[in-house]
Amino acid sequence: MEKKLLLGDEAIALGAIHAGLSGVYAYPGTPSTEITEFIQTNPLAKERGIHSHWSTNEKTAMEAALGMSYAGKRALVCMKHVGMNVCADAFINSAITGVNGGLIVLAADDPSMHSSQNEQDSRFYGKFAMIPIFEPSNQQEAYDMMGKAFALSEELKEPVLMRIVTRLAHSRAAVEVKEPKEENAFSPATDNAHWVLLPGNAKRNYNDLISKQTAMEQDSEGSEYNKKEFGKAGNLGIIACGIGYNYVHEAVGDSMNVLKVSQYPLPAAAIKELAAKSEALLVVEDGQPVVEDGVRALLGSGYTVKGRLTGDLPRTGELTPDSVGKALGKESSATYGTAKNLAGRPPQLCQGCGHRDVYGALREIIDEYPDARVFGDIGCYTLGALPPFKALASCVDMGASITMAKGAADAGLRPAIAVIGDSTFTHSGMTGLLDAINEHSSITVIISDNLTTGMTGGQDSAGTNKYEAICLGLGMDPAHLHVVTPLPKNIPAIAQLLREEIAYEGVSVIIPRRECIQTAARHARERRLKS
Amino acid sequence: MKVDIILCGVGGQGILSIATVIGEASTEAGLYLKQAEVHGMSQRGGDVQSNLRLSTDPIWSDLIPLGETDLIISMEPMEALRYLPYLSKQGTIVTSSKPFINIPNYPDEAELMAELDSMPSVVKLDIESVAKDSGNARGANMVLLGMAAPYLEILSVEQLRKAISVIFARKGEAVVEANLKAFDCGVAASKS
Repeated sequence: MEKKLLLGDEAIALGAIHAGLSGVYAYPGTPSTEITEFIQTNPLAKERGIHSHWSTNEKTAMEAALGMSYAGKRALVCMKHVGMNVCADAFINSAITGVNGGLIVLAADDPSMHSSQNEQDSRFYGKFAMIPIFEPSNQQEAYDMMGKAFALSEELKEPVLMRIVTRLAHSRAAVEVKEPKEENAFSPATDNAHWVLLPGNAKRNYNDLISKQTAMEQDSEGSEYNKKEFGKAGNLGIIACGIGYNYVHEAVGDSMNVLKVSQYPLPAAAIKELAAKSEALLVVEDGQPVVEDGVRALLGSGYTVKGRLTGDLPRTGELTPDSVGKALGKESSATYGTAKNLAGRPPQLCQGCGHRDVYGALREIIDEYPDARVFGDIGCYTLGALPPFKALASCVDMGASITMAKGAADAGLRPAIAVIGDSTFTHSGMTGLLDAINEHSSITVIISDNLTTGMTGGQDSAGTNKYEAICLGLGMDPAHLHVVTPLPKNIPAIAQLLREEIAYEGVSVIIPRRECIQTAARHARERRLKS
Repeated sequence: MKVDIILCGVGGQGILSIATVIGEASTEAGLYLKQAEVHGMSQRGGDVQSNLRLSTDPIWSDLIPLGETDLIISMEPMEALRYLPYLSKQGTIVTSSKPFINIPNYPDEAELMAELDSMPSVVKLDIESVAKDSGNARGANMVLLGMAAPYLEILSVEQLRKAISVIFARKGEAVVEANLKAFDCGVAASKS
C-alpha cells in the first residue's frame, strides 16, 4: 500500500476523495482551511470534477452540501468550530430531513484558541443534533474514518459529524492510502414528505431520528475506533477520547486499562465494563468536558469520575502530553525553567499591508474624537487592536462590526465606526448593512478590501469586484460611498474623508482597496514561473 | 532510536521549508514521523514553532513533552530561548546568532547571548551572512539545517542532501544547487 506524508486536514481531504466524494463546501477558517485547499489541487478531484469552490459562508456551504446529498451524491462541508454557529440552523435541521447521499459535516475545533475567539466543543452540536460523531486520534484514522462515516451516513440516512482539533488538523504523519472508490450515481431524493419540514412531516421525521438512536449506539459500541485495552493491573481506568489517547500512551505506555473513544454516541456498555474493573475513571478529552459529564451521568454520583471538572486536568486549553502525564502521575523531565531574556512576539500586520494605512488614518480620527469607537471584525485587521494602532473597541464574530456600530449609534454613540474586511463583509456583513441603511443609522463603515481572504492564507473572496454594486443594491446613497487606495501617502486624504463622513448623520461606506501584499507577491511569483 | 526536534523562528523566516526537507528525508529513510505545525494568525511576524518527532518506532504524541527535546533548531536567538523548558538535559541548541527585532521590548542582546552561551551545548552562527557569502541570500534556512545535520543522528548528511534535491526540484536545478551549497556551508561551519 502507498504511504503519503499528510497533515490531518489533508488526510481527511484525501480520505473523502477516495471514499467517492462529489463535492466539498466550505468557508476558510483555521484550522480547517487546508482540507478544501487540498481537494482544490488534487489531480483525481480535478479529473472527476469534484466541486471545491469556496462558499460565501458556512451556512451557504452547509445548505449546498445538503443539496448535493439530496441529489444522491457524497458531500463534505468543512469549517472551524465557530462556523458551526453560523450554519447551526441548516445543520440541526439536516438531521430532521435526513440525507440521501452520504453527508459529513467536519468541524475543526481550536482548544487553546490558537487562532480563535473561543474554544467551544463541536461535540455538543453533534449531541444536540442527535447524530453520530467521529473523532479521529491520528492522521491514519482521519483518512480511514471518511469511508466509514460516509457509509454510516448512508446506512442511517443521517448526516455525520467529524470533529477534529488543531493539533491533528495541523500535524503531519505518514498515512497508508487505499484505492479510490467511484462516486455515487446521480439519484435525487423522491420522498418529498421527508424533505419538506412542515410541522406534520417534521414531527414524523423527529420520531424517526429518535428511533435511530439505538442503531447509532450499537454501531458505536461495536466500532473498531472504540477500542478496549483492558486486562492490566491498577485501580484507575482511563477513557481517552480523540488525540487524548496518544497523550495517555505517551505518558504511561501500555500499563493502564484504557477505553479509547473515537466514535459517539458514547459506548455505554464498554464504559460500564471499565468502571466495574476500576475504582475510579479519568476522562482524557480535548476541549470541553462533554464525555466527563456523560460518564458521570451514566455511572451515578457514587462513582468517582475525574477530569477537567475535578481539576485533575486543566479546565481550559488544549491537552498536552505534560498535562495528561501529570494527571497520570508521570514525573516531568523538565530541566530548564523559562529563559530570563525573553519577550512576547505577538503577530502583526505585514509591513506594506493596506490595512496598516487604514489604521494610520483611523488613529488620527480616534485622537481627534475622544468619544469615537471603532468596532472591529474577524480577519488580519483585528490586529489593529494591538500596538502601535490600538484602534479597536471590539471584535466578536463575523459581521458584528457593522451591527454593533449600529446598535451603539442607536444608543447615541458618535462617531460609530465599523472596520470589516471584504470577505467578512460578504460572509455576514451585508445583512447588517441593510439594517443600518433601512434605519438611516449614523455609522461610518470601512470595508477594507484586500481582494482576498487574507488571514487564512489568501483564498478567493466571494465579493471581489462587486462591493460598490452590493452597497448600492442594498440602498446606499452613492454620495456617501467612496473607494480609496490605502497607501502611506494617502493617509491624510483618507483621514479627511473620514472626518467629512463622520459629520454625516446617516450610513457612509468607505472602501480602501489594495491587494494583500502576500497574495500580490504570490501572484508575481506565479507570473515569473509561467514566463 | 528517536530524535525530538523543535524548529522555531519568526513567521516568514522559512522554518517550514526545513521541516519539509527533514520530513522528506525521514520518509525516504522509512522512519516514523510526526510534525505539528503552526498555521494561521501567528504566522504574521509572530513567534512560530514546529514540533518534529522522528523515530525508528511508532510515535504517539504529536507534541513533545517538556524536557524531552533533543534539538532546538532556531532561525532567531531569542526564539531559541523561548523553548528552553522543552529542552532535555543533554539537548543541543542550533541557532542563528542574529536577532530579528520587530518588537519594542527585545531583550538586551549581550545578556541574551550570555544566557545562550551558558547552555551546555550550543552552536550559533550568523546564518544570513554565511548564506550571502555562499551566493544564496535566501538560503539562510538551509545553512541552519546544515549546521543541525551533525546532531540529527537519525539521518545522514547524504540523506538530507538528497531530500533538498527532491524538495526544490520543481524550482529548477539552479535553486537546488544554491540550496545544497548553503546546506554544505552550514555543515562545514558546524564541524569547525
